[in-house]
Amino acid sequence: MSYMKALKCRECGKEYPKEALHVCELCFGPLEVAYEYDKIKSVLSREIIEKRAPNMWRYKELLPIEGEPTVGAQVGFTPLIKANNLAKALGVKEIYIKNDAVNYPTLSFKDRVVSVALSRARELGFKIAACASTGNLANSVAANAAACGMESFVFIPSDLEQTKILGTLVYGGTVVGIKGTYDEVNRLCSEIAGKYGWAFVNINIRPYYAEGSKTFGYEIAEQLGWKLPQNIVVPMAGGSLITKIHKAFKELNILGFVNGSSKVFGAQAAGCSPIINAVKEGTELIRPVRPNTIAKSLAIGNPADGYYSAKVMRESGGWGESVTDEEIIDAMKLMAETEGIFAETAGGVTLGSTIKLIESGHISRDESIVVCVTGNGLKTQEALQGKINPPTIINARLQEFDDLVKAGGKEYAVKG
Amino acid sequence: MKKRVYLTYPKEQVKEPLLYQVGKNFAVVTNIRQASVSDKLGLVALELDGEPEEIEKAIQFLVEKGVKVEPIELDIIE
Repeated sequence: MSYMKALKCRECGKEYPKEALHVCELCFGPLEVAYEYDKIKSVLSREIIEKRAPNMWRYKELLPIEGEPTVGAQVGFTPLIKANNLAKALGVKEIYIKNDAVNYPTLSFKDRVVSVALSRARELGFKIAACASTGNLANSVAANAAACGMESFVFIPSDLEQTKILGTLVYGGTVVGIKGTYDEVNRLCSEIAGKYGWAFVNINIRPYYAEGSKTFGYEIAEQLGWKLPQNIVVPMAGGSLITKIHKAFKELNILGFVNGSSKVFGAQAAGCSPIINAVKEGTELIRPVRPNTIAKSLAIGNPADGYYSAKVMRESGGWGESVTDEEIIDAMKLMAETEGIFAETAGGVTLGSTIKLIESGHISRDESIVVCVTGNGLKTQEALQGKINPPTIINARLQEFDDLVKAGGKEYAVKG
Repeated sequence: MKKRVYLTYPKEQVKEPLLYQVGKNFAVVTNIRQASVSDKLGLVALELDGEPEEIEKAIQFLVEKGVKVEPIELDIIE
């Protein structure tokens, strides 16, 4: 049983059938899935959700598929950690980390969106999955396509680092490196999507794909005991996640599962902050930038959902902040040292921005804060190369270790 | 064939009648769906209808004039 009503243009409201469409024919606005909330309200309750298996499909009535999910049945319901050590370090009362660094199977929140996209793509009869990506999305499409028996094509810029390519190639799909500038690669991928009629998860399947991000928001609310945090800080690349978390919170209000709202804050790297720039300047226009940051998973210079992200921040009473590469690394280290969580560079962007938002008074130290971690640090280790103290090397002699302890200046009890 | 693109005009080209020239010099039908033009920047959502080679030539012409021509999906490499 599906509660999807139609695809609907976010700009002019024109409705379209539930097919592989993503742009309004009339005004070129993006299409979004509309639901029948009255019907969902009559069949779904907090108690019913709580009894279901701990994965993101416990909210399946609010996701855009017709039948049961066929891809990524185990995805989601990642930990929400009350970060007491971090709270102490930052001088705040209540801070949580929603940790999608341990999302199944490819260790980023992209597994949520790809599971929905491919489940829907199969319902629509697609046999080939594709995407244009520089990292997490590539990993997730290749892995999930392999697991469900779809053929996959992943398009990447040809000069991408070897480590990122390996994490995609291992799943056996076709990986195509494209020579050219970022703009040229971008344009070609859009042409390929238009010509070959494959399920391009972030192009023609995008309306369905993007809905998967809502589960990140549902889970936070449920894990807080069906409450919304007073503040939530979300990393932004194309800007889809922040708008979908906001949508999730609104839907939970419509269904009567929560009561209230959150101030929604966006985080970007200073080397690629077109959305933050617009928020700070108070303009509606998102001026594209040429990305230059170590947070490559957020390096989208001309974000498709930039306009809507800025609107969410403005309307929710939130704000935006950006951080330098140095601040990103400091924040990654702080999260690891206080909470034992190794987030990717994007996590450093989010925590670094949170710190600045607290210091500037945009986030009150007395209010609850959720920091969104969307990917795993093991994937972006090169960013930390040379930024962390190397291990101390000694010879295999006890005396050398004793000297080392002594040099450290800290006293340890010995057994005699 | 039809092709949908976003055009971003730099400040120097905002006053130039480039779409008139496209329609005159190439065998394409231009159809503006949305536009926002100020003295500093011009944004146009455009549909081009015609033979693929003519559309390609028209886009090349705009690029040479300094206009940024992008797919309607904006950045799609995530």
